[in-house]
Amino acid sequence: MDSRREFLAGAVSGLSSAWLYLHWPSVLAAQAHARRAAQSGLAIFEFFSKEQAAEVEAVAAQIIPSNDTPGAREAGVVHFIDRALTSFDRDKQGTYAQGVAALQTKVRDQFPGHDRFADLAAQQEIQLLTAIENTEFFELVRLHTIMGFLAKPEYGGNDNHVGWKLIGFADQMRYEPPFGYYDREFQKGGK
Amino acid sequence: MVRFADKAQVDFVVIGGGGAGPIVAKELSMAGLQVVILEQGPYLHEGDFEHDELKFKDIFDPPGIGREVLTRDHALQPDTFRKTEKEKAVVVPFIEYGRCIGGGTVHFTGNYWRFHEIDFHERSKWGELPGTGLADWPITYAELEPYYTKAEWELGISGQAGANPFDPPRSKSYPLPPMPIKSSGVLLERGARRLGWHPYPAPLAILSRPYKGRAACAHCGFCEYFGCEWGAKSSTLAAVIPAAEKTGRCEIRPNSYVRKISTDMRGRVDGVIYFDHAKQEHFQKAKAAVVCCNGAETPRLLLMSKSNLFAQGLANSSGLVGKFFMVDLGSTCQGIFEHPLNDYKGVRATRIVQDFYDSDTKRGFFGGGGIDARFNFYPISFALYGLPPGTPRWGTEFKHALIENFNRSMTLYGHTTCLPIESNSISLDPEVKDAWGLPALRITYKCHPDDLSTMKFFAERSMELLDAAGAIKKWAAPVEDATSAGHLMGTCRMGNNPKSSVVNKNHRAHDIPNLFIVDGSSFVTSGRNQPTCTIQALAYRAADHIVSTAKSGSITSSI
Repeated sequence: MDSRREFLAGAVSGLSSAWLYLHWPSVLAAQAHARRAAQSGLAIFEFFSKEQAAEVEAVAAQIIPSNDTPGAREAGVVHFIDRALTSFDRDKQGTYAQGVAALQTKVRDQFPGHDRFADLAAQQEIQLLTAIENTEFFELVRLHTIMGFLAKPEYGGNDNHVGWKLIGFADQMRYEPPFGYYDREFQKGGK
Repeated sequence: MVRFADKAQVDFVVIGGGGAGPIVAKELSMAGLQVVILEQGPYLHEGDFEHDELKFKDIFDPPGIGREVLTRDHALQPDTFRKTEKEKAVVVPFIEYGRCIGGGTVHFTGNYWRFHEIDFHERSKWGELPGTGLADWPITYAELEPYYTKAEWELGISGQAGANPFDPPRSKSYPLPPMPIKSSGVLLERGARRLGWHPYPAPLAILSRPYKGRAACAHCGFCEYFGCEWGAKSSTLAAVIPAAEKTGRCEIRPNSYVRKISTDMRGRVDGVIYFDHAKQEHFQKAKAAVVCCNGAETPRLLLMSKSNLFAQGLANSSGLVGKFFMVDLGSTCQGIFEHPLNDYKGVRATRIVQDFYDSDTKRGFFGGGGIDARFNFYPISFALYGLPPGTPRWGTEFKHALIENFNRSMTLYGHTTCLPIESNSISLDPEVKDAWGLPALRITYKCHPDDLSTMKFFAERSMELLDAAGAIKKWAAPVEDATSAGHLMGTCRMGNNPKSSVVNKNHRAHDIPNLFIVDGSSFVTSGRNQPTCTIQALAYRAADHIVSTAKSGSITSSI
């Protein structure tokens, strides 16, 4: 229904989930591989160059920053994105390749002496991203960062469940009531 | 499991394996009749379902319908939409429905509201409503009551009889006690009582205790939009299909997409033409057909089945096939509370309030509804859509808002009337085709002003309720005309007069004696946007009539 949909409005990019469904086992196997590689300290990327990966990771780290709690960087979001771009979101490769190149052009224009986004100071990064926050590239990185932060770890991100732990979510097959503060009080007769 | 030979004639072909078809098929096969269910979607099982928001939740599509594992893929089955008949319809995803064995009952919330007595005779009580086709049903609540009870006991419904003072009379209590209350339920209950309203435990098609060999709900939380990995959700997949298959007379044939119901020289159904998974055409011979595709696909199939004898489409001498299309309307409000609700655990909704169910002339418009309190956002969808308006979309404050709000949030859904209007319709798009070369669903839909007023009224009541419950922040979605639909009702309405309805009170097409239509399309009015319980009660009732008709020998007339 409409208002609900409008409520949920947002420029959500189309992923080909029919493809995803058909290729599920191979996708999961690949994700597991990327994850193991990440855990072993080898930065293995199937789509990104090392430089592109660093740039995308720096953008993701501004979308969900690391401060007193883990952010996109600790969640390994860039690995999620790399795997997405070689599996279910293959058709978005160009958006990333062109997006990173355009971002670096802006870096050189606005911050002479710098070549890479990841080399900028935090405030400079925020300033630059604010200027491009309505672009298709930024929207896609934002969507992927959120997914990579909060999807099942099997996809390569949400490392050690950091995203889930941060928001207070856990994935279990079974829970017992009481579930939250108010039903616990209710059970105690407090209402 | 029975597998009928390719050329074999069965007694009944049931088209559509969703909320209604398996019930009819099970009852017919238990009565000794041979039945095949043709379902366009796959036959998935508990082992195919997962706790995986990326795979199952509706974030894959362009803004935002379609969970394509369990529902249709709009890339393969496009819709076209227009607000009025004067406009040219444009391609846009509009209709969503379950597309697998079990249909929408696989991924639904499980809300299981009976209609009230008033829902069957609103026209008599409130009079004519200009601009609408408001009409009484040809049956009463009392006639359907035994079948509501049958549905609740056959499928396994959890609830508390007598807890809702507005409940219609019932002959028997629920077979299972209500699900344990969640924090969102406690907050609804608290707010509603402060306002003098009457909250009560949500009746749900989810097992609170083991039932008929099925496991009880484990409160894992992956409920709406997901298939139940425990078989605890009382979908037709879990609760009906196994018994149907066990008869040895009911074949479930998935990935079978019917494109035409065939009729003989005398205008009787003699079988159906369908595509298999490889798009190969087959002809299934049958003595009779039961169409259970849903309120959008049923009229589409009837219109696609036109022939020299039935130039307007099948069962359409009234010209009303596809007309009076009704959709799920309502309101959505969200609140943030001081303490953690942890509402991601457990079923979606545990408390409901129906104090504003019937129309009331004092409000100045026709319509009513009910409100449930629910968990509404899994982690990814919460980050994308669930944060308070005005929250920065990225950066430190965005992250902070995720941490602060995920577990302290709940949503109130108002479920409201959708008035029947003849020009709101399902028809065949003259140009756009689906991946099988069949005409796309064309939707013509515009809300009645009273429907918009009802939605606004329920948004206001929900905001009051959030206040009374102690929300520290609250907001309401804007009320607007529908741009999508999930509960598909009213396109082959039932009635006694063949000139003003498509099926009779027993779901038999007025025009064709061996054609039955049993799903949301039979609805004359929408109730309050929670149709599954009534669709299934109607299916049990229709099955009784179809069985007795078959036994009397009056169906096999096409041989």
